Amino acid sequence: MDVQTWTWILVGLTFSLYIGVAIWSRAGSTKDFYVAGGGVPSVANGMATAADWMSAASFISMAGIISFAGRDGSVYLMGWTGGYVLLALLLAPYLRRFGKFTVPDFIGDRYYSGWARFVALLCAIFVSFTYVAGQMRGVGIVFSRMLFGDMDTVLGMTPINAGVVIGMVVVLFYAVLGGMKGITYTQVAQYCVLIFAFMVPAIFLSIQMAGTPIPQLGFGGGNEGGYLLDQLDGLSKELGFAAYTEGQKSTTDVFFITAALMCGTAGLPHVIVRFYTVKKASAARSSALWALLFIAILYTTAPAISVFARTNLLKTVDNASYAEVPEWFKKWENVDLIQFDDKNGDGRIQYTGPNAAAMGLPANELTIDKDIMVLANPEIARLPNWVVALVAAGGLAAALSTAAGLLLVISTSVAHDMVKKTIAPIIGMQLTERGELIWARCAAAVAVVIAGYFGIKPPAFVAEVVAFAFGLAAASFFPAIILGIFSKRTTTAGAVSGMVAGLVFTASYIIWFKFISPQSNVEANWWLGISPEGIGTLGMVLNFVVAVLVSIATPRPPQEIRDLVDRVRLPRAAFGEEDSGPVDH
Amino acid sequence: MENPNLPDEDAKRRYWRKNLTVLGILLSIWFAVSYGCGILFVEELDKVRLPGTGFKLGFWFAQQGSIYVFLVLIAIYVIVMNKLDRELLGGKSD
Repeated sequence: MDVQTWTWILVGLTFSLYIGVAIWSRAGSTKDFYVAGGGVPSVANGMATAADWMSAASFISMAGIISFAGRDGSVYLMGWTGGYVLLALLLAPYLRRFGKFTVPDFIGDRYYSGWARFVALLCAIFVSFTYVAGQMRGVGIVFSRMLFGDMDTVLGMTPINAGVVIGMVVVLFYAVLGGMKGITYTQVAQYCVLIFAFMVPAIFLSIQMAGTPIPQLGFGGGNEGGYLLDQLDGLSKELGFAAYTEGQKSTTDVFFITAALMCGTAGLPHVIVRFYTVKKASAARSSALWALLFIAILYTTAPAISVFARTNLLKTVDNASYAEVPEWFKKWENVDLIQFDDKNGDGRIQYTGPNAAAMGLPANELTIDKDIMVLANPEIARLPNWVVALVAAGGLAAALSTAAGLLLVISTSVAHDMVKKTIAPIIGMQLTERGELIWARCAAAVAVVIAGYFGIKPPAFVAEVVAFAFGLAAASFFPAIILGIFSKRTTTAGAVSGMVAGLVFTASYIIWFKFISPQSNVEANWWLGISPEGIGTLGMVLNFVVAVLVSIATPRPPQEIRDLVDRVRLPRAAFGEEDSGPVDH
Repeated sequence: MENPNLPDEDAKRRYWRKNLTVLGILLSIWFAVSYGCGILFVEELDKVRLPGTGFKLGFWFAQQGSIYVFLVLIAIYVIVMNKLDRELLGGKSD
């Protein structure tokens, strides 16, 4: 069977699986809808968190980015895993004990202010929407490249848009029907699909290139030509690239970017809310451990794939005759992921790096999209057709699971934080459990449609903003939550002014270098040598300093708030209470 | 209303202090491994190789080792806190 047929079969099978799971685990109450009933086992919650967390970008793009960035790619590996240590130690158990549904709930109650809740709510919606648009686009890209590759239009739309619409329908179905409960158990299935799809090519490649089935070992292993990493360093330098295992970014910048990604991870609402779904605080701790374990399987394999793919690519294309390139080369050229421009007209491909001119090498003739390192990897390595097809199913699982998690945060924020807690009290409306559930379902449906619209017509800023969502989360939510738990002295004025200061500072720096004056976005102009990607760390420090100083200058929080903090710090049983899951007071 | 079966204020304070100590130790290791070995001292460590492999030590910490250490740190926290919970609650878990 050819790749296309295999792809249709695998995608069809996995989609039926997700829909089946969603029907089996549909939500009956708001508690089911918001936090899956609050009784998800740690291991299942860990898997769901991992699928929620690993997006289309982690699955499709990350290994590619690392294979072009070499050691500098470590910022993503450490940044997107180290945040789980902060989550497990500083956030998850306490927020779980707090026992409500959302992050704005915590901010609103701890800082005894409807305004604080409202600001947190807007941040949560903004971060989630920018993020979800990218996921829907990812679904469209996978469909157009892997399934509609030879078609010009599908259902009267471009292939990418048709893919987005299919993704929307599937997510709509199980997010609206199942809420958090449906999403959680679908994500468990999606994790299994995506990790299998990611590992199989990696294992094949590791056997081919380093003679061991464990990619993490193959990465440091070698073959008759010596260690892989040494070969790759040598090849890279010969072709005018920097050595793979040496860094190009400044140490300061790497430090700040890593910190922004770590603290941002711990401050993202769709990740935090996952820890509200388990039975008790001790389960929140262990489910953070499971989540990181499941994430680490992919994250320790990704840099190995980067090395295998980069070595393969350099060996395959450099100085190859264009007339005799393998089939995959032409295929990906058709969808513009590879561009070849025969500058010196010798009919051969010259692939050289930035130092080529100084070394007297011919100019570079090849432009390669980073996504190809994962999408085309199995073909470059001549793996069986079903393995190639598996990558499409895995990419879709990663994109859909993340999109669903984000959509749930949006619908919860709208139905619970906005309609029930903010608008209903103002207009004096009583919202019943059934009424709230209808609101939540409608909000989820509307959010899917908006997300799909952004996926079809991405505003130019979306791609840029996603990368900065972490910096913004680190500079706003993270300090407010940490101080809320660890300092009883932090007041409303302190927390709000801290969040505003951190957010305004970080956003201004990013907007200046990315939108107002993009031509000046070079290291020489950066403040203290920190790039816009890393500035969230400084914004976070500013947030902490402002929050502490303003808190000292304002009267201490009332006694009931200090009692609330005490109760979050200790197990419920220490106060003679049963912990029966999140309650809605 | 004091319930004799519940831990007293002193025990609660001790629990929280111990929690903070554990956090301090684990987060110091977290910082030393990721920011120390993987970023600040990566060039120095790169002069050494992980024995029997092609990994330069700093590079390994940045792309593999730090992630393994993160896992171990959370595992230790889970075990220690479960123990503290039992001490506080006299045998029951949280």
